[in-house]
Order: sequence, then C-alpha cells, then structure tokens
Amino acid sequence: MELWFTERHTPNAKFSIKVDKQLYSGNSEFQRIDIFDSKEFGRFLTLDGYMMLTEKDEFIYHEMITHIPMAVHPDPKNILVIGAGDGGVLRELTKYDCIEHIDLVEIDELVVEVCKQYLPTTACRFDDPRVHCYFEDGVKFIRRCEDKYDVIIVDSTDPFGPGEGLFTKEFYGSCFKALHDDGIMVNQHESPFYAEDALAMQRSHKRIVGSFPISKVYQAHIPTYPSGHWLFGFASKKYHPTNDYNGTKWSMLGLNTRYYNPRLHVGSFALPTYVEELLRDVE
Amino acid sequence: MELSQTDAPIYEALRRFRRMRIVPFDVPGHKRGRGNMELTEFLGEDCMNVDVNSMKPLDNLCHPVSVIKDAETLAAQAFGAANAFFMVGGTTSAVQAMILYACKSGDKIIMPRNVHRSAINSLILADAIPVYVNPEVNAQLGISLGMSVSQVEQAIKNNPDAKAIMVNNPTYYGICSDLRKIVELAHAHGMLVLVDEAHGTHFYFGENFPVSAMAAGADIAAASMHKSGGSLTQSSFLLMGDKINSDYMRQIVNLTQTTSASYLLLSSLDISRKRLALGGREIFEKTVEMAQYARDEINSIGGYYAYSKELVNGDSIYDFDISKLSVYTLPIGLAGIEVYDLLRDEYDIQIEFGDIGNILAYISVGDRKRDIERLISALSEIKRRFGKSGTGMLTQEYIAPIVAETPRNAFYAEKKSLPLEQTAGEVCSEFVMCYPPGIPILAPGELITPEIIEYIKYTKEKGCQMTGTEDINVENLNVICGRK
Repeated sequence: MELWFTERHTPNAKFSIKVDKQLYSGNSEFQRIDIFDSKEFGRFLTLDGYMMLTEKDEFIYHEMITHIPMAVHPDPKNILVIGAGDGGVLRELTKYDCIEHIDLVEIDELVVEVCKQYLPTTACRFDDPRVHCYFEDGVKFIRRCEDKYDVIIVDSTDPFGPGEGLFTKEFYGSCFKALHDDGIMVNQHESPFYAEDALAMQRSHKRIVGSFPISKVYQAHIPTYPSGHWLFGFASKKYHPTNDYNGTKWSMLGLNTRYYNPRLHVGSFALPTYVEELLRDVE
Repeated sequence: MELSQTDAPIYEALRRFRRMRIVPFDVPGHKRGRGNMELTEFLGEDCMNVDVNSMKPLDNLCHPVSVIKDAETLAAQAFGAANAFFMVGGTTSAVQAMILYACKSGDKIIMPRNVHRSAINSLILADAIPVYVNPEVNAQLGISLGMSVSQVEQAIKNNPDAKAIMVNNPTYYGICSDLRKIVELAHAHGMLVLVDEAHGTHFYFGENFPVSAMAAGADIAAASMHKSGGSLTQSSFLLMGDKINSDYMRQIVNLTQTTSASYLLLSSLDISRKRLALGGREIFEKTVEMAQYARDEINSIGGYYAYSKELVNGDSIYDFDISKLSVYTLPIGLAGIEVYDLLRDEYDIQIEFGDIGNILAYISVGDRKRDIERLISALSEIKRRFGKSGTGMLTQEYIAPIVAETPRNAFYAEKKSLPLEQTAGEVCSEFVMCYPPGIPILAPGELITPEIIEYIKYTKEKGCQMTGTEDINVENLNVICGRK
C-alpha cells in the first residue's frame, strides 16, 4: 500500500511525502487539522492541507524565527508570540533565562491541544511558568497593547485563511504600538521563489517598511516549505540586525542550537540578488 | 399546486430549462456564451447559460402569467404585501414607479428633503411639486434625522391637496421615523404613503428591527433586495398594500422598464427571497451581533463614536436600525471622507461611504469575524497615525432649500453655465450631491445661496466625490436664465 500526502506548491508543481499512517484529523472552528507519521520526515502537522512543520526540519524554522531577534535585543524580558500553537517558538524562547514573561496568542486552541498530544518535540514548554496563553485573534489582542513588549514574534500561517489578518498594515502598525521604544518584531515572511508567494512576500514587506524605521529580511533553508527557500522579516525601532549584533555575547549564553550560530546570523541577512531586487521594488 | 416559501419558481424554471438543452435561435446573441468566450471564461459557463430571453417556459416580466407571477406571489407573502413586483432597474426604478403612480402633472407630494436623487428625478418625470419637510438635524453628528410627526402634520394642514407622503425609512445612517403614526395621519387625509425602504429589506425578516413599511400599513415601498437581502446589484422589490391597483402599477412600471429583463437578476431575487424567508432570522441575528461587536470595540478605541439606539428620541429618531455601523469621526480630527479614503488607500478596506462627519461600514452575513477585526484595528491605527485635534472641523449641516421652481420646469428651462463662485442668488437647474450617499445638496429649481457655495467648496476640498452636474469637475453650475 502506498499513501502519500501531497501539497500543491503552484498549480504546476507538487510536493509529496509518503505517509506511514494518519494519527489525527479534525476540524476546528477555523480550519482542518491533520497529523501524519512518515518515514522520511517523522511526524508532521498540516492545516487545511498546508504543511506547517515536520519533526525533521522544524528546528530550522523555530531557531531562525526566535534566536535572531533574541540575540540582537540587549535585554529582552517581555515577549509576545502570535500564532505558534505548535509550541516550537516557546521551546526556543524558554531557553533564555533573561525572559520574564511570554504571552502566546493563538487563534485556534485545538491546534495547541492536538500538538500537545502528538508533537511532544515542539509542544513541550507550555507549562513553563513564564508562559501565558490567550486563545483569540492576534489582530484583536494586539490592538489593546501599548509600549509593552521587547520582542514580538509573528509565527503565522499563510496570508490566506485564518492567518491573513497577520499580514496587514493595521496589524504591523499595532505591533509597532505594542513594542517598547527599542522593540523588535520578527515575522514569517513567505518565500521569494514561486511567483504567487513572491507577490505575497512583497506585499507584506511593503507594509512593514511603511510601519517600522528599520526593516530587513533574512533567509533560511526549509526543505518542506514551497521551494525550500524561506524568508523572515526583521523590523525594529532602534537596533540594526547585524550592526548592533554581539555574537560573542550570545555564544556566552551557552545555548544549544542545531541551525543557528553567530556566523549564520550575519550571513542570513545576505540575500540573493533577485530577492534584493524584489524587496527594493517595494521599499 | 400550492406554493410555499421553499419554492423558487424562476430558479426552478431556469434549471428545468437548462436540462431541456433548447437550441437557441433567439437573443441574446452570445448563445449560452459560446459566441463570446472571453466573457464566458470571466463570468463562468453556468452564468452565461441562464442569461436568456423571455420565453413561454420562463414567463415575461412585462406581463407575468406563470413562473414570474408565482415568484411575485411568494415575494408578496414573504414581505407581508398584497402584491410585489420584481424590479430590474434598481431601487431607483421602484421609487420612480411609486411616485409616477401617486402623482400626475401638477400634483403635490410631501417628502423630506434628504431623499435619494431617484426621488427628485421622479418628480421631474411626473412633473410633481415637492412639499419639503425639513428634517431635524443632530447637531453633534451633523446627520439629517427622520420626519417628525408634528412637521408632517403641519405639512398636511398647509397642503391638504397633496396626493402622497414619501418617507425615507430607514435613512442611510439607520434612522427611522414614526411610520405607523405618519401612515395614520396620511390615510386620515386621503393621502398615500410611499416608503423608500432601500436600506430596510432586513426589517421584514429579522427580529428586533424597526417596523417595516408593509407592517406599518404603508401603501407602497421600494425595498433594495440587493443591499441587505443578498441578491445581485440592480435587483429590487416593489411592494404594494391592498389599496394599490397592481395592474395599473404594472402599466406604470412598463413605461420605463426594459422588455429584456435579465434572468440573472430575476433568479437572484427569487433565490434570495427564499433564503430570507427560510433563514432570515438567524442571518440577521448574526449580522446584528457583528455590528454590535464592532460598535463596542470601536467605541473602546476612544475618539470615534459608533452610535446606536441611545439616540432614539421618540420622534425624529423614532427608532434605530442596529444592523448599521455608522461612526462619527470628527473627534479624532478627521472628516469621515478622510477616514474613508485612508481605510482604502492605507489598509485595503473599502467601506460604504464617508461624509463630512461620519463613515458607514456595511455589515452583512457575508462578513467574517476576522475582517471585522481588521476594520477595527485599521480605525485604531488611523487614529494613532493620522489623528489630530478635533477643533476647527466643519460639521455637516442641513441647509434648508429654497424652492424657486418645480424640478421639472427647472430641469427643462433655458440655462447657462456659471462658475460656482458667481452663482449666488441664481436658481440651479441641476443636481449637486456627494455620492454616496446621493442626497442632493442642490436639486433642480432651488436657490443657490452663499452658504451652499461654501459647503460645496468644503466637501470638494475634503475629497468627497461630487456628482450630478453637467460639468464633471463641479466648477461650473447650470442656472436658469433670467431668474436672478
């Protein structure tokens, strides 16, 4: 028997993983949630049929979206995470002793429940006493916050479906308002490779550029995302992601990572020419 | 066969018709879309397939005897009317029919001045004489209110020969008049009551809404099914009470109605009527819940005022339509029209309209909670990024018109074009209005005053889209020759 999970990356390109078995399938108020087991990538989570994470490559995404802002900010104490119901960002954040308070805002409580049950590799730090979970729309939550956080991590799904509000100018503006004067916002920034993804990427970049004085983009290689070439946005009120970065200081913390390191930190902001051009077009 | 609200006779006839695979040697010439593939790819084959001409199995809107007649009977039942007509020329055509039915040349009609342009246009067609009842104005919000009963009473007393009273219910902003009382007064004096109910289709199907025209005993109503009812743009219902001769009304409608009524529009009315009759209560419960949520959140931002039933004063605001989301913006130092433009240009959000002091966001069952959150957040961001002191903002005012000539005489009179600044004291021969909402600042036959000129200049400066004049830039106005 052969059972395959397939995601359409474009109307003309597909990505498939051979499934060993399906462990969970359910519908929440917002989306369809599925968990599969596979030989090649281990367990993986999909929402509405779109790949969210696999056990094999999730460390790349979660380390890159977390350690970059945490290593640039000199004293991050209050952190807001939006989305991230799988717990991967929390796992990375809770490695930092300097953090005093983490608010996690996830629209879909069922994602957290399912991940706690089936994805213990990521959903493993929800019980950290610094973590406070809110199950509501991030757009609504952040509207009420002012001058409250050092770092905001926007771990969203794609710019269609329940996460689309997290790619809007009103949301980025609210994040700006919610940050302290030296705050940093990092977001999942889509891919520059396929035409439609590139358009979404440009649209959100344009909106961030209009909302923050410093707005840079960095990249990582994530095999199970469309094209494998993925971007993150780094938006900041004060600190530059490489000029204000002290790699030695970060190394002294002695944190365990498998993808992130100080050399890669600096290198990840060096972008291919075609990506630079895409970004420049909307800046 | 007994008809019930679960039926949709036009829709069902079109489905039967499609299965018959009739070979078309009649119009339309696109022949089920095959003759215009680009259009077919754009609109879809299913859509082109039912864009057909009147024929025996599908009845004829000009003279309905089968499926359209049945569909109209069902619509009348659903709206609690004696008769209902399907209209394909927008609610404008329904308003026109009401006035042409009630008024012949030289007849008087009592109406508020803050009516839609379609009503005054109809006066030109009918050669009727308007007797305007000046609406009260809420001084803070700058919006025109409903008709106060005492003013209607006064107008009736001064014009006992008037043929009808027209009521705008609810207004664009959601304000309702005391319709039952107005009907009682009008009928006691032998006048018809015509209701422009363009924004009130949901009153017939939801709970806790203001009274609908038919329930209040009004004689004719124009209900925009395509606004809150979910049918296609340009489709509408004309509703009649039992005192109205519907056969004569049909003749009136046929004076100006197309003889090639679109079955896309007709089926959309039929299906939407069925949907509201069967599920309207839940649909509008959800709509109101979303509107109320948005109102509460917007009011908690500060500065903005999203108003509701607290405005009710027992007369000129007899009731309020809580499905409307009207927001007063002047306290954040921005005109409504400026907020309207910022929402679209900065946040990709299109709302219904913005005037000098207010915006209106149209809420319906098609809205999603997350889109409501976006709207609220965008308003919060607009206040943070663009807000300033609210002083020095001009409130919209109602300028009572001075009627110098009937609309028809003014419209057809010999006229000349003058620069706006030089028109004070002249009689205007055309409309000037912001669109939306499409309520005229000047109508044909009205005296132009310095106050009105100032107001037109201010609204233009704030970015309102002005329409109605022959001069597309509204720098010149047409005035009647030799009337100064």
